[in-house]
Amino acid sequence: MSAATGTAGRGVDRRTGNALRSTEARLLAFAVVITFAAHVLLGWSQGPEVPPSAIVTGVAMTVIAIVAHITVRTMAPDADPTLLPLAFLLNGLGLVFVRRVDLAAGSDLAGTQTVWTAVSVAGMCAVLVLIRQVRTLSRYQYSLGLLTLVLLILPLVPGLTAGPINGARLWIDLFGMRFQPGEVAKLTMVAFLAGYLERKRVLLSVASHRFGPLLMPAPRHLAPVLLATGVALVVMAGLRDLGSALLLFGVFLAVLYVATGRAAYPLFGLVAFAIGSTLAYQLFAHVRVRVSIWLDPWSQVSNAGYQLAQSLFALGTGGLTGAGLGGGRPQDVPFSATDAMFAVIGEELGLLGATAVLVAFLLLVVRGFKISLTARDEYGTLLALGLTATIALQTFVIVGGLTRVVPLTGITLPFMSYGGSSLLGNYVLIALLLRISDESRGAARGRQMERPRTGKSSR
Amino acid sequence: MMTKQIGRVATLTLLLFGVLFVNLNLIALVQSETLSSHPANRRLLVREYAIERGSIVVGEEAIARSIETEGDLEHLREYPGGALYGHITGYYSFILGRSGLEAALNEQLIGQPLEVLAQNLGDLLFAPDQAGNTVELTIDPRAQQAAADALEGRVGAVVALDPTTGAVLASYANPSFDPGPLSTHNASAIREAWEPLIDSDERPLVNRAIAETYPPGSTFKLITAAAALEHDRSPETAFPDEGVYDVPQTESDIGNFGGGKCGEGETISLADAMRVSCNTVFARLGVELGADRLIDMAERFGFNRAPPYELDVANSGIPKEMDEPSAAQSAIGQRDVRATPMQMAIVAAAMANGGRLVEPHLVRAIRDPSGSLVRETAPSLWDEGRFDGQVVSETIAAQLRDMMIDVVADGTGRNARIDGVTVGGKTGTAQTGGAPTVWFVGFADQQVAVAVVLPSAGDDDTGGQVAAPIARAVMEAALGR
Repeated sequence: MSAATGTAGRGVDRRTGNALRSTEARLLAFAVVITFAAHVLLGWSQGPEVPPSAIVTGVAMTVIAIVAHITVRTMAPDADPTLLPLAFLLNGLGLVFVRRVDLAAGSDLAGTQTVWTAVSVAGMCAVLVLIRQVRTLSRYQYSLGLLTLVLLILPLVPGLTAGPINGARLWIDLFGMRFQPGEVAKLTMVAFLAGYLERKRVLLSVASHRFGPLLMPAPRHLAPVLLATGVALVVMAGLRDLGSALLLFGVFLAVLYVATGRAAYPLFGLVAFAIGSTLAYQLFAHVRVRVSIWLDPWSQVSNAGYQLAQSLFALGTGGLTGAGLGGGRPQDVPFSATDAMFAVIGEELGLLGATAVLVAFLLLVVRGFKISLTARDEYGTLLALGLTATIALQTFVIVGGLTRVVPLTGITLPFMSYGGSSLLGNYVLIALLLRISDESRGAARGRQMERPRTGKSSR
Repeated sequence: MMTKQIGRVATLTLLLFGVLFVNLNLIALVQSETLSSHPANRRLLVREYAIERGSIVVGEEAIARSIETEGDLEHLREYPGGALYGHITGYYSFILGRSGLEAALNEQLIGQPLEVLAQNLGDLLFAPDQAGNTVELTIDPRAQQAAADALEGRVGAVVALDPTTGAVLASYANPSFDPGPLSTHNASAIREAWEPLIDSDERPLVNRAIAETYPPGSTFKLITAAAALEHDRSPETAFPDEGVYDVPQTESDIGNFGGGKCGEGETISLADAMRVSCNTVFARLGVELGADRLIDMAERFGFNRAPPYELDVANSGIPKEMDEPSAAQSAIGQRDVRATPMQMAIVAAAMANGGRLVEPHLVRAIRDPSGSLVRETAPSLWDEGRFDGQVVSETIAAQLRDMMIDVVADGTGRNARIDGVTVGGKTGTAQTGGAPTVWFVGFADQQVAVAVVLPSAGDDDTGGQVAAPIARAVMEAALGR
């Protein structure tokens, strides 16, 4: 704990909670106004009237923003003031583009997604209310680790599985609702890792064995690394979900590296992953297909490479300033409401709009790293880092996939893509970051913190 | 203590985002043009089809027009002219692309430059009632129909021009194709219509009027004669009349069509040699004049350069250097001399037009949707670089014209005669192994000049027998008879 207080306080905004919350309120209002304006512009592309959906969504977003703001003000008064507005901005723009896809497809996903926004923000508030101290989570780390595995395997369980959708088994049907347990698994895995590594990091930092040019820890300490590699590859092969595999594994390596300070871990992990990927490439046709599309989408533009080609067409046709809201052709881009939403954004808002969206993600990520740096204790640091890496890597995997930087794999664009479980997971993630930043700022300002409850005193 | 590692992870993350930013710029700026005009990208197509494409009009009738339709592509292209105008209009297909005037005049028919269309301009999006310009053609529907009727059942092509303006009155190649089925919005229907066209041995997609060259045979003697008249010879100049001309430097000598001499006496005049298409005389002229003069005259008449025209015309050609045997062969239009029907129609037109080479044109006027004139084609001479529009003097042109009139009045071109009209012409029958290529090029008064080619005629067919009647039918139609 004493080591943790050393990191706390550095670079911390010393404004009072009230000042921070006022800043947050102004930024939130800004986010709501921008998304409302975008919604109106989208409506105007179809006709001269302001569409009722813009008003409904605008009112809903305002109410949700007020509730979220009041909750943060009372439950986490010293929390970072930019996280919530950034999430809200991305979420709101996501709603506009889901609505945009609705217009092209004649669907009504935007209504559902607005309800999911309310549910997700409610989830965020619930986490803020229930988890007063982020450390309490570390008590459940093994449960969380087990839960991660269960959640990952859930879509394969007969009776629960929603079957393969678009080639991937990611969904379960629960109480008539379709749910993607992987979205929650991301969070539980990070929480597990943070707790596990906080305790083992000293042990894992000791390098005692020479492995070629690398100084490695004892092989038995490497077991978890190999286990995680194995799980990632099993997920990749079994669930046919390359995107999630890459995400989980990347986040795992990042947290492991930060916890141990040994580059050997991520290097060893990367080697293992490379070998595993090569094997997967040899063994599984769908992996080979993904790679061949990535290398050359143009020779298979009407079949396997269709989605990537359409994404590039959308971004390329959008050019610098874009076709304008409502001026593009999301109907040409497969999965435009979910995985490929960034391509639609690029087409209609152009390079400028797409860059703005990426910058919003980048700001979110930068704030996340800052929260990690200033966290009150090591658990908070590792948790914040893992959560931040999750958002960063997920954004990179999907945006990079749609722009042919990496092979395109199906994964949602955080906060923006249509999908309830994803949105809920992301808001819970924000809630945890808010909580961690609230603790560190509160501590720095000398706010009377609740005494950390240990296992004994809480029961 | 973890600060350093967090910094490194953050740096790596920033680098990854940096890659995204750079790549996004490459796609949206550098590759933007390639991507937005990629054939598999439907956006430009959809935007183009949203515009009511202008009609192509012959006389009072549209031979190509757009009608509104359901679906992603908002307008459908129709071709009431069908195969009769297939090579002129071309097709307008979302799979096959564009051909003919649909390709050549695309920007006019859309009403704006393609670059503008590819841009994301707001006014483009919010102006759904856009329409393109109407293109009016110079084609005389009666002459076009006459050409199609006369070529019925044969492989061949006809080009008819107004010799003083260069206005194309008829341009038809048989077989032709109907662009309609190729321009539907149904991909499988398009493929069904397309496959027989590309599989056919008769190659109906080739516009033989302008896109292919053939050995001009004896019709090239007009150019040899023009060179002769310019170099101290007259229509009355006498040449030895021999059954075989002994070509220097070679064993393969040149005889006359059907063997024997050309006339009754020891000598024959240039005009008579033209009238009966005497090979020995013109082969001798080729050698006497020399390759350079022959090449020069041919190039002045438009060989080795393609005429400026709305559609792409193949280059009619004569070798740039020739030895004496080649000059002898070329002087009678054999060997490596090749010409399009369009080129030979331009040559015939020059004879009827005082030695002035006209620029052919197909478009009379272009009008915007309100009916006001956007552009009107002014008749002009084919002046180009070192070549003057006045190819030969008026005197020489008149001499050539008279010689051509003799050919029709009392020579190989008798089948082209039209009562009450001064018709001149020259027949051609090129033997290049296999089926002969037969020709007729000529004019009627100063009203119409014509070229007819049948590249795979029957073994015994001659230009006079087969091509001349076709030319007559087309000229009659153009004269309103």
